[in-house]
Amino acid sequence: MPLPIGDTIGILADNLRMRKSVLPVSAKGAAAWAKGLGLPRGGETVIYTGLMYQMIPYIAAMNKVQGMIEDSRLANFVGLGRYINRAVNISAFMAVPPKGTRQSFNRVLVNIALLLKQAGLEFGCLYEDDLYSGALIYDLGMDDVLADHARKVYGALKKHGVRNVITVDPHTTHMVRSVYPDLIKGYDLNVKSYLEVLAERDIDPRAGLSGEVAVHDSCVYARYENMLNQPRTLLAKAGIAVREPADTGRFTLCCGGPAESLFPKKAAARARARVEQMKEAAPRGVTMCPICYVNLQKAAGDRMIIEDISSYLVRAYCK
Amino acid sequence: MSLVNPVFVDEVKRSGEFNANACMNCGVCSAVCPMGIELLPRKLFRYVLLGLQDKVLENRETVYSCLLCGMCEANCPAGVNIAENVRSLRYYMNKKVFKI
Ligand code: SF4
Ligand code: SF4
Repeated sequence: MPLPIGDTIGILADNLRMRKSVLPVSAKGAAAWAKGLGLPRGGETVIYTGLMYQMIPYIAAMNKVQGMIEDSRLANFVGLGRYINRAVNISAFMAVPPKGTRQSFNRVLVNIALLLKQAGLEFGCLYEDDLYSGALIYDLGMDDVLADHARKVYGALKKHGVRNVITVDPHTTHMVRSVYPDLIKGYDLNVKSYLEVLAERDIDPRAGLSGEVAVHDSCVYARYENMLNQPRTLLAKAGIAVREPADTGRFTLCCGGPAESLFPKKAAARARARVEQMKEAAPRGVTMCPICYVNLQKAAGDRMIIEDISSYLVRAYCK
Repeated sequence: MSLVNPVFVDEVKRSGEFNANACMNCGVCSAVCPMGIELLPRKLFRYVLLGLQDKVLENRETVYSCLLCGMCEANCPAGVNIAENVRSLRYYMNKKVFKI
């Protein structure tokens, strides 16, 4: 039996409306990755994380609980949970990821900042004002909640004098580049993914890497944002042999992650199928989205090493 | 027997993006769907166009199982905005069924 759809969506929407995030990531915790990097607050160009990398460890922890609830009689109580959630943030009790997991996802953001510095870019970040983009709420069709939230995100960026936004994941890129302009009158931000910025700047590697990796394109980058060449160019220039799994590029196979919040078991089956395709192409895999990363890594277990692309790039370009 | 709601398509349609009537029922989307969603989009969109509201509501799990991955859309010969159509159906269900 799947989780009760309406109540699960209700909890996520209530959280966004009341707490500006679908899950219990504190603003301070979400900004922890930037500590010690000396990035200015705001400015014309900023790295905007949209909290995806910070939230994924919480989503993974929550999905573990949801997976157990999905097939049990507890699923009937998710509705009650929604009522309680309005007063007390219940997802905070359900989802506490291990510190090590949080640190490894924060490391991705540090890597990206180091790469951008290496490329000679001057940029700031929003610290506690870096808000979730609302990607999940958009996918679930909660457009009214999203429209209000998008204005808050835009307001935070404008307050800090931002004109150019550098994003770190496909879902946030799609939201602030392609969805927000339809929701906000006079929207005037230039948005680029860090992979586009690095490829454009044509940076040179400091250390040559070797070996083969199977590239897993994110559906959103490949089909919604038409971003296909940049990750391949950056990896190849670093000396890595890029291998393509059976379904690739514009026809990439989804990792199953978007089904995770409502149908955890179906999502896991999709991830296993994708890992099989990747394993046939190369012994290691690379992802460029935190949702793909967590899902495929979980499905691969110790059968295949899967890393976020930023880990490869930082080793090659930031010695 | 299903009742026909003649204004159902207008209720679901939020913008010009809802283009279910471009679908020619070829079945390519079902063949490539990684979730194996045989029902989406060809049958479900047809139900919307025919005003078969009950049939659509019966299949709410299918509507929310879609990954919005766009694999179907990338292969669709008729250029149907499948993902956007699914989002429209979710918007409708969130409001009408779940009262969110
Ligand atoms: S691939 Fe396009 S035209 Fe063919 S059945 Fe699916 S939606 Fe209709
Ligand atoms: S968007 Fe993906 S999951 Fe949804 S119907 Fe199309 S192919 Fe299937």
